[in-house]
Amino acid sequence: MNYIFYLLIIFSIIIGAINGKLQDVVNAIMDGADLSVKVAFSLIGIMAFWLGIMRIAEKSGIIDWISKILKPITKVLFNEIPPESPAIGDIAMNFTANAFGLSNAATPFGIKAMEELQTENKNKKSASNSMCMFLGMNTAGFQLIPTTVLAVLVGIGYKNPTEIIAPTLLVTTIAFVSAIVLSKLFEKLWKPQLQDNIQGGNER
Amino acid sequence: MNNILNYLSLWALPALLLLILTAGIIKKVPIYEEFTSGAKDGFKIAINIIPYLIAIIVGISMLRASGAIEIMANIFAPILLKFNIPADILPLTIVRSLSGSAALGVFSDIANSLGPDNYATKLAAIMVGSSETTFYVLAVYFGAVKIAKIRYALIVGLLADLIGIIAAIFVCQWMFA
Repeated sequence: MNYIFYLLIIFSIIIGAINGKLQDVVNAIMDGADLSVKVAFSLIGIMAFWLGIMRIAEKSGIIDWISKILKPITKVLFNEIPPESPAIGDIAMNFTANAFGLSNAATPFGIKAMEELQTENKNKKSASNSMCMFLGMNTAGFQLIPTTVLAVLVGIGYKNPTEIIAPTLLVTTIAFVSAIVLSKLFEKLWKPQLQDNIQGGNER
Repeated sequence: MNNILNYLSLWALPALLLLILTAGIIKKVPIYEEFTSGAKDGFKIAINIIPYLIAIIVGISMLRASGAIEIMANIFAPILLKFNIPADILPLTIVRSLSGSAALGVFSDIANSLGPDNYATKLAAIMVGSSETTFYVLAVYFGAVKIAKIRYALIVGLLADLIGIIAAIFVCQWMFA
C-alpha cells in the first residue's frame, strides 16, 4: 500500500505539472479529503442500522444456519477459516445484498465479515488469503440488476433498457469467477508474511 | 423475467428484515437491546475508515485532476481501436476501477451525448453495470480492519476489472453489433 499511495500522489503531481493542471491537482486534495469525510459520515446511519439487525441475526442463529448451508462452497473458497466461523454467514449476507443491488446494506455486512476474518488472521496488519479472496469477490461487483445504469438509460429514452441486463449479468459473472480463480492462483504464489517486517523491505 | 427480477429486488430487504426479526422473537432474543448494542459499532467503524478513505480518495482525486486518465486512455487507444471500440469508451475503462461516481458521470455523458441507439451507450452501460469500484472497496474493507499490507488484493481486483472490460467488449459485439 505504501508504494501505491506514493505512486498515486507523485504521478498526479508530475502529470499535473506537465499538463499545466497543478492548481487543479492541489485543489483536488481539499475536495478529496472533504469527500472522504462525507462518504464516511453518510455511512454511519445505515451502517448502524444493519449492524444492529446483524446482531439479531447472529443471536437468533440465522448466521450459523446460513454458514452450515454454504459449507461445501466456503470450504473451498475460504479454506483457512473454520467452517463454523460466523464470517461465512456475514459473507453470505454481503453477497445477497450485493446481488440485489443493496450496496448500503452490503457494506456493513462486508465490514462485519472482514472483522470476523481478521480474528482468524495471524498477522493483523497483513491481509490473509481469505481476506484477499473476499475482497476480490467484492471488487468484481456481482449484481443481478444494474439499477443505476437502468435509471440512466430510461432517462435518455432508451427503448428497451432491460436488454442490457442479460449481457451485464454475463460480464459480471465472468469478472466474478476470474476474481475467484485469480485469488486462488495468487494465494499460492504470494505467501502471507507471518512476521511483521519492521524494516518494511517487502511491503506493498 | 425482468418483472420477476424487479420484484425480487424490491422484496429482498423487507423479506430479510421480516425473517431476522421474526427468528429473533421466536428464539426469545431481546431484539431491541441486541439491535442497539450492535448498532453502536456503526459510528466507530465509519470513523475508523476515514483515514483509509482519505488516502485513497485524495490520491484518486489528484490523479483525475492531473489529466493522467486521458493520457492513459490515449496510450491504450490504438489497442482498443483495433477491436472497434468507440473512442468515447476509453476514459471509462480506466475510471471505473477508481471512482464509482466518476464512472457514472462519464456513462451519463456518453448516454446523453450519443443517445440511446449508439453502440457506445450500450457498451458503456454494460461496463458500468458489471463493475464495482475496486479502489473504494479496498479502502473501506481493509480500512475497517486496519490492514496495511494488502498483498495481491489490488492486483486481483484490477485484473478482474480488465477481464471484465474484455468480456464486456466481446459480449456487446456478439449481442448488439
